[in-house]
Amino acid sequence: MAEPLLQIRNLKKSFGALRATNDVSIDLRPGEVHALIGPNGAGKSTLMHLISGFLKPDAGEILFDGQDITGIDMPGRARLGLGRTFQISSLAPDFSALRNVMLAVQARQGSSFRFIRPVRSDPSLIEPAMAALERTGLGARAQIPAAELSHGERRQLEIAIALALGAKAFLFDEPMAGMGPESSKTLTTFLDRLRREAPVLLIEHDMDAVFALADRISVLVYGSVIATGTVEEIRRNADVRSAYLGDMP
Amino acid sequence: MSRELLLNTVLALLLLALPFGAFALDEPFYIDLATRMVVLGLAATGLNLALGVGGLVSFGHAAFFGVGGYVAGVMATHAFNAEPIFAAPFTLSATDLMPVIWIAAMGLAALVALPIGAISLRTSGVYFIMITLAFAQMVYYFAISWPAYGGEDGLALSVRNALPGFDTADSLTFFLICYAMLMAGLAAFTILRNSRFGTALEAARQNEIRLAAVGVAPFRVRRAAFVLSAALTGLAGALYAELNKFVSPSMLSWHMSGILIVLVILGGVGRLFGPVAGAMLYVFLEFVLGGLTERWQLFLGLILLGVVLFARGGLVGLLAGKPRHG
Repeated sequence: MAEPLLQIRNLKKSFGALRATNDVSIDLRPGEVHALIGPNGAGKSTLMHLISGFLKPDAGEILFDGQDITGIDMPGRARLGLGRTFQISSLAPDFSALRNVMLAVQARQGSSFRFIRPVRSDPSLIEPAMAALERTGLGARAQIPAAELSHGERRQLEIAIALALGAKAFLFDEPMAGMGPESSKTLTTFLDRLRREAPVLLIEHDMDAVFALADRISVLVYGSVIATGTVEEIRRNADVRSAYLGDMP
Repeated sequence: MSRELLLNTVLALLLLALPFGAFALDEPFYIDLATRMVVLGLAATGLNLALGVGGLVSFGHAAFFGVGGYVAGVMATHAFNAEPIFAAPFTLSATDLMPVIWIAAMGLAALVALPIGAISLRTSGVYFIMITLAFAQMVYYFAISWPAYGGEDGLALSVRNALPGFDTADSLTFFLICYAMLMAGLAAFTILRNSRFGTALEAARQNEIRLAAVGVAPFRVRRAAFVLSAALTGLAGALYAELNKFVSPSMLSWHMSGILIVLVILGGVGRLFGPVAGAMLYVFLEFVLGGLTERWQLFLGLILLGVVLFARGGLVGLLAGKPRHG
């Protein structure tokens, strides 16, 4: 079996008395979609924040591509190739969709301290950014300010940004939230192909999408992983059924 | 031609026409008034880079303005007395050449801004405002307590520094020099804002988490912007000292920082010609209302209130509409 690209070992994070992440160990292998599911407040987004470097863990370690990244901040981890989206879209609202992606392209090129050349006519920024927008189906919306995009389009834009970063691993926090059934289906097909480029750690409430996509599923309850396994294993798991899937077929 | 470009052109031409009108009327005082608009406009353009593009409300830009002013004043004094600025450990001789003084003023302002920015930018919001204010007040008290250059009384320049080929003592010539520097400052502002660096700086203002998530540390971008902004304001400070042939700690005081913020808000935060429009209006009001009453700032306050309540985009926003982002 391939060596995991991302390994999380014994990660802990508390907010006061609340143990949001309680000794979590999971990993992400090349080529897979690993879904994180669990009830609201289970600590899924906290875990995503810890992996992306937005939050610092109290204990435990994170290894990415063979390197301990626990002490590296969010910009540093993004530069190493962790591309994330946010549960609540986090974009530069005044910038057009295109410029939001162009920002990621210039960040990837490590060129944010160039002071002279105008970005608006720079094909080395515009072309990769347009390519990323077109892959996520936003090509026609390139010039619209992010603030004026629909909720679903903003989710697509966040994914386009992660693509433009050339991420080695994708961390997607509820990418389908707020999307209609049509867009959800399109995105499911898209993510299914995306795994060949880089593995995806996916938080998602849409169970149809999770069962269609996931190679493995981890179930998070009260900050702890109660089970990790294939779709079939998780469906059959008695603990998971009682904790989470109880009311499902 | 967009409405903003049209407005900018009108403002630039109006500002250029003012001193020629004054010259035709044989009113040299009005020429200096126009120069005051130009120099304050340049100082506020520096602040506009930090405040308008980067969203950094610095209440300490008087420090950089004053440092620039003192560079011009100290250089002029030493050059006039033919003394070196210091003799040990090496000799640094003074010069009365304006271009050298401008570079020195920008360099020293940037040097002062580097530690101030590195510390202040670890905070945000009200704390950032207060810390920049505190640093500027430290520089202010330092100038007051340093008797070698006049202390509280300030330092008079016997003659303006020199620019080869120009008679800098002539009001109209000096106006044109300052006007050229303002245009250069506005060009620098435009180029910076349109660059990759400007994109990152604007992103830091709009959403710093987004910037961090693509791998750029907002702190480093802001620090660079703060230093560049200080350099531009420092350059204006040097010209201001030359204009008045006088530099004093009042250039460093928090009142000055406040005026610079007022200029940016009056004219339009983040707009290219915002600070220029703000400075033109401010100096005009100062002159007209100041002639009527000593309490003219009461009326300035009312106007500022009106702008903040009813015209959030300032003068430029009022006349040219909302900014266009790409």
